Amino acid sequence: MRIEELRERVCAMYPDLCPLFSIEFGDGSIAVPLERVHSAAADLKDMGFDRLGMVTAVDRGDEFEIVYRLQSRDLRAAMFLKAAVPKNDPVVPSMCDLWPAAEWQEREVFDLFGIVFDGHPDLRRILLPEDWSGHPLRKDYADDRIVRRPDYI
Amino acid sequence: MATIEDIAEFLDKAPGGGILLTTVDAVMNWSRGKSLWTFPMGTACCAMEFIAASFSRFDFDRHGTIPRPDPRHCDVMVVAGTITHKMAPAVKRIYEQMPEPKWVVAMGNCAVSGGIFYYDTYSVVRGVDEFLPVDVYIAGCPPRPEALQDAILQLRKKIASESISPRRRRPVASELPQPSDPRKGDLEEQPLARSKATAGGPDV
Repeated sequence: MRIEELRERVCAMYPDLCPLFSIEFGDGSIAVPLERVHSAAADLKDMGFDRLGMVTAVDRGDEFEIVYRLQSRDLRAAMFLKAAVPKNDPVVPSMCDLWPAAEWQEREVFDLFGIVFDGHPDLRRILLPEDWSGHPLRKDYADDRIVRRPDYI
Repeated sequence: MATIEDIAEFLDKAPGGGILLTTVDAVMNWSRGKSLWTFPMGTACCAMEFIAASFSRFDFDRHGTIPRPDPRHCDVMVVAGTITHKMAPAVKRIYEQMPEPKWVVAMGNCAVSGGIFYYDTYSVVRGVDEFLPVDVYIAGCPPRPEALQDAILQLRKKIASESISPRRRRPVASELPQPSDPRKGDLEEQPLARSKATAGGPDV
């Protein structure tokens, strides 16, 4: 599926979100409000994006951004689904009911960013030791063991 | 029951015992140095060079250096790769399972100092000598198999200076510089660590 066709189909589904559709790395990308991210993911899955390739998050400073990468062999297309997450209450609906593959990916995002996934069956740390405190990929993470890189290197 | 230290001490004092002790030392150090079975503690890309060193192009078998997957068979632990804070207890536990005498080779920059992960990293141990008594350090990212061969030869020199009598140890004549890091303090105080200058035998 060509990217323009994908844009048309997404815009037909969400006319109000059409200005938020963009092209990133040759794939479509749509940023939705957080309360609509689960329904948008379900609609995109019905459209044919049946594979959840990746879940990750970005610390934008004043807010987090959760990023889902959806892929489809039938449509021969891939797209990003994004949503801004407030830092003071980082709760995101879990995608485990749509894609079981989301379970470990969301555990990793919880481990490293501290984003809580509502409805996740087993939300606990996956990479770091269980007694670790803090979420190290946050920009404001501090640890006594970290040696800061000096300016001259 | 007399331990080997008691016998060594008795021979040290007895007339002519020193000659016997020297001969025993020579035989033991020769045999130890020429059958250094290694535990491949490979956690990252340095392990690839370590594997390459084991195969026929570089052929570590001719040094008697054979990788064994079981720590209870091994004399040398080659830490080849990045050690994270989560991995460190496992590495230490495997080291403790190795029988004495045992040595540690820190292969590559990550095992020496943390390497490229030294700065701004929350998860990487800055050098495996934070929790293991390292005998030989190999710089490189990753080091060539020739560097690992050189480390084995340097380690053999270190073994050749050991004695079953604690009084008869000599300082190591090695071309490798002994790294010193003021952050890490005195290695003597740590229960696991041995003195770097005298490279302990079975009694330390």
